[in-house]
Amino acid sequence: MKTANVTLTLSLLALACTVALSPGVAAQNATEKPPVPTHSGMDHSKMDHGKMDHSKMNHAEQAVDHSQTNPSDMDHSQMDHSGMDHSKMGHAEQAVDHSQMDHSEVDHSKMDHTEMNHSEMTHAEQAVDHSSMDHSTMNHADMQMQGGKAPANARDPHAYSNGYTLTDGPYGMADSRHLKHGVEHPQWSVLGDRLEYNADSEAGELELQAWYGTTYDRLVLKTEAEVSDGKLEDSSTELLWSHAIAAYWDGQLGLRLDQVADGTNRQWLALGVQGLAPYWFEVDVTAYLGTGGRTALSAEAEYELLLTQRLILQARAELTAYGKDDAVNQLGKGLSSLGAGLRLRYEFSRQFAPYVGVEWHNKYGNTADFARLQDASTAETSWVAGVRFWF
Amino acid sequence: MIKANTMMPVSVSRRRFVQGLAVGGVLATFPHIVRAGSAFNDNAFTGYATELSGKVIDLTIGEALVNFTGVVRKATTINGSIPAPTLRLREGDEVTIRVTNTLSVPSSIHWHGIILPYQMDGVPGMSFRGIMPGETFVYRFTLKQSGTYWYHSHSGFQEMTGMYGALIIEPKAQDVIAADREYVVQLSDWTDEDPHTVFRKLKVQSDLYNFNQPTVQDMLRDITDRGLDAALAKRQMWQQMRMNPTDLADLSAAVLTFLMNGSTPLANWRGLFKRGERVRLRFINGSSNSFFDVRIPELKMTVVQADGQNVHPVTVDEFRFGPGETYDVIVSPQADAYTIFAQSMDRSGYARGTLAVAEGLHAPVPALDPVEWLTMADMMGNMNHGASDSHSHGHSAMAHGNGAEDHSQHGAMAIDHSQHGPAVPYAKASSTVRHASTEYGPSVDMRVDMPRTNLDDPGIGLRNTGRRALTLADLHSLDGIIEPGGPEAEIELHLTGNMERYTWSFDGLEFSKSTPVHMKHNQRIRVILQNDTMMTHPMHLHGMWSDLESDNGAVQVRRHTIPVQPAQRISFLTTPHDVGRWAWHCHLLFHMDAGMFREVVVS
Repeated sequence: MKTANVTLTLSLLALACTVALSPGVAAQNATEKPPVPTHSGMDHSKMDHGKMDHSKMNHAEQAVDHSQTNPSDMDHSQMDHSGMDHSKMGHAEQAVDHSQMDHSEVDHSKMDHTEMNHSEMTHAEQAVDHSSMDHSTMNHADMQMQGGKAPANARDPHAYSNGYTLTDGPYGMADSRHLKHGVEHPQWSVLGDRLEYNADSEAGELELQAWYGTTYDRLVLKTEAEVSDGKLEDSSTELLWSHAIAAYWDGQLGLRLDQVADGTNRQWLALGVQGLAPYWFEVDVTAYLGTGGRTALSAEAEYELLLTQRLILQARAELTAYGKDDAVNQLGKGLSSLGAGLRLRYEFSRQFAPYVGVEWHNKYGNTADFARLQDASTAETSWVAGVRFWF
Repeated sequence: MIKANTMMPVSVSRRRFVQGLAVGGVLATFPHIVRAGSAFNDNAFTGYATELSGKVIDLTIGEALVNFTGVVRKATTINGSIPAPTLRLREGDEVTIRVTNTLSVPSSIHWHGIILPYQMDGVPGMSFRGIMPGETFVYRFTLKQSGTYWYHSHSGFQEMTGMYGALIIEPKAQDVIAADREYVVQLSDWTDEDPHTVFRKLKVQSDLYNFNQPTVQDMLRDITDRGLDAALAKRQMWQQMRMNPTDLADLSAAVLTFLMNGSTPLANWRGLFKRGERVRLRFINGSSNSFFDVRIPELKMTVVQADGQNVHPVTVDEFRFGPGETYDVIVSPQADAYTIFAQSMDRSGYARGTLAVAEGLHAPVPALDPVEWLTMADMMGNMNHGASDSHSHGHSAMAHGNGAEDHSQHGAMAIDHSQHGPAVPYAKASSTVRHASTEYGPSVDMRVDMPRTNLDDPGIGLRNTGRRALTLADLHSLDGIIEPGGPEAEIELHLTGNMERYTWSFDGLEFSKSTPVHMKHNQRIRVILQNDTMMTHPMHLHGMWSDLESDNGAVQVRRHTIPVQPAQRISFLTTPHDVGRWAWHCHLLFHMDAGMFREVVVS
């Protein structure tokens, strides 16, 4: 039940940004339309045309028409073209038309072209028409252009050094390394993602993140605070060591301090990941271990939709869950709350953008019960207005 | 000259910011008021470079005030001007250049593309200590080459704040390039912000200056024009990989003002000519972070020199060049006035000047071209069948009927895709992609497994303009490249980066984590550079020539700075004739400073 709610909310969020989402559905649709031949699913990674010999081929003036060819479901996986030689091929003036070909399910996965010889091919004045070929939905997933583990035979990046280093070896400058680049100096930033007034609770809210450090290791400060009637109500502050663990992901380890106005302050050990998921979702998931065996989980996702270069719709969702009841702080075991917000901002500069938005927040399980016992509402939807800034 | 205190408006309009002020133009109109400035002047001279020649030159590095956009800013200058004085030297001369640093921080001058002893190369912390405040460093070297070069600071971001000038070396014998008149056309980019701040902001949000990002509006337009499926398909790969198809430049006109000979587009640098003259234009990209696409509407340009080395003449409408590269062109203007138009590669702005028969004349300034999205070929390389939106890749080894390529030198050479056999080792660049083990970590956001190797692609934004744009395949050294023997070793390095983190590197290792590349003194070596990023990198190797090979293994043209396009794999031969430690880096200043920098040890 609770899980279903999560899914529903996340789906709603996803729906909100549907325009920019381009899931696999698109790829499937595209292959069904005959005028847009595609090569979906092709994998040429192991083609072997090693010793092809096309030397006596002559296509001159013939009209090759492949328009009715449909090699769907072809399997070339065991093809061996070793020995082929294209060197004397002449395509002069032929009119090859491949426009109706459909290669959508050709499997070239074991082909090898390493010894092909195209050296003397001439295409003088040929009219090869590839104009309506569409490779946009080719599936090259197997190539893995991102991430992954280095294969055992990966190149040693120090193989060319002959044992020298930046400080040791001939003609080096004595003692320590003198040349330092900009990136070697620590950088910093402060991001105020939300500095806003909530019309419903008549409170101010602040969500702020700051970092100091290098590309791969940073000290990160995250703060969320609520201010009401000029007084700090509740706040949660994390101080983390953030270490790059993948191209788009940082692992984070540190402490979280909760300051609660009407309740008991809590301290936690925090372990999480923050980064950018495929399709540009900014994600921050952290698990917490507190005193007395308390555990907690929080997850936050953000997506930004550029309506124009400066008018930006930000969707965000957050979830909190606890391992056991914390009656003093009116937090219950299990899924505790879900929040979702839409904020429309105008970037006067990339660094300063006022916004208006709507924020929805709902309590669940025991947390909701605690609220009911206090005669407080479990769900609220409210207008917000604020500024997003960074420097 | 402007007084600083009277020229600080509260706000600057956008138009003014992008186009700049016409102040430089005033100076260009009255060049007699411009003299070799001393560093102690308050205001820099801009829009005109004096010329210094002889065997002994004195240069002074200092600070001066400039006003390019309506706000007064501090620049670092050489002899008080932007650009720095043009040095006109002579091949064969031993020159002595005394450089005095009046800044409060260390400085340096690097002679870009000049073959000289490593101690004279001017890279602080590598070839020498740097020039300390108050110190005078004496550069002394013999010029073994001729052509168009340039010089600039190699310290911090000083190059970005004004330290660059032209360096012309007259041939000892008569110049084979005949011209009635010549001009240096040096392009650069200026920012009113502190470059350190700009760099830090890119570390925070790397697309900060990109105002051509894909939007919902574009999406709706694509749905209308091409249908929903096509519109989604067009975006799918980019979205999935977290890559931006308009990531064409890190810095744009949002933070830069583009200059031609130190003049803003409004100031409009002018060169005069007489009808019927052959005019030689020595184009130098002295910018820190900008590729320019240069053309002179209504006027064909014949490229006669690249990176100071004469090439077989090739006539084009347009050429693209990155920081560090130079091209000399010959034009024969017949009309009264022409615009020299240099739009930035990301189409956010332009540098502009005028060639005219008289002062006061000018020609129309063309509109910026639309922004073109990077293609799948730019992301993935050779897709075997040719992507529909690129007409010129994947068939590189084939002779096209209308091609102007000269294959005569390698006609008999087997274009053989096999691995180099034992008979002729290193006959041809290895085509096997070998990623470094360090390309699988956080420093690298993509790897290319099927790179494109053809050189006949002018690059994104120039493929479908209807204008004839120069490509690397067009360039052939005029005198041939005389180096004994073939390559005896092969080095493969990949250009890598992570745009989200804004870090750049070779093989996934930033300079600080790297070890030097060792090259044997006087040994011919092949270097393969594969670009595993989606940006074009102008790769500059100090101290030795980079003899670019065609993709079928023929040595083609001698360069000091080679632009490597996204997903492209190129190779060049080099013979290090001078021992020492040399710098090797991307000449986009911020890429260098983010780690795309290697040390080369020649011993």
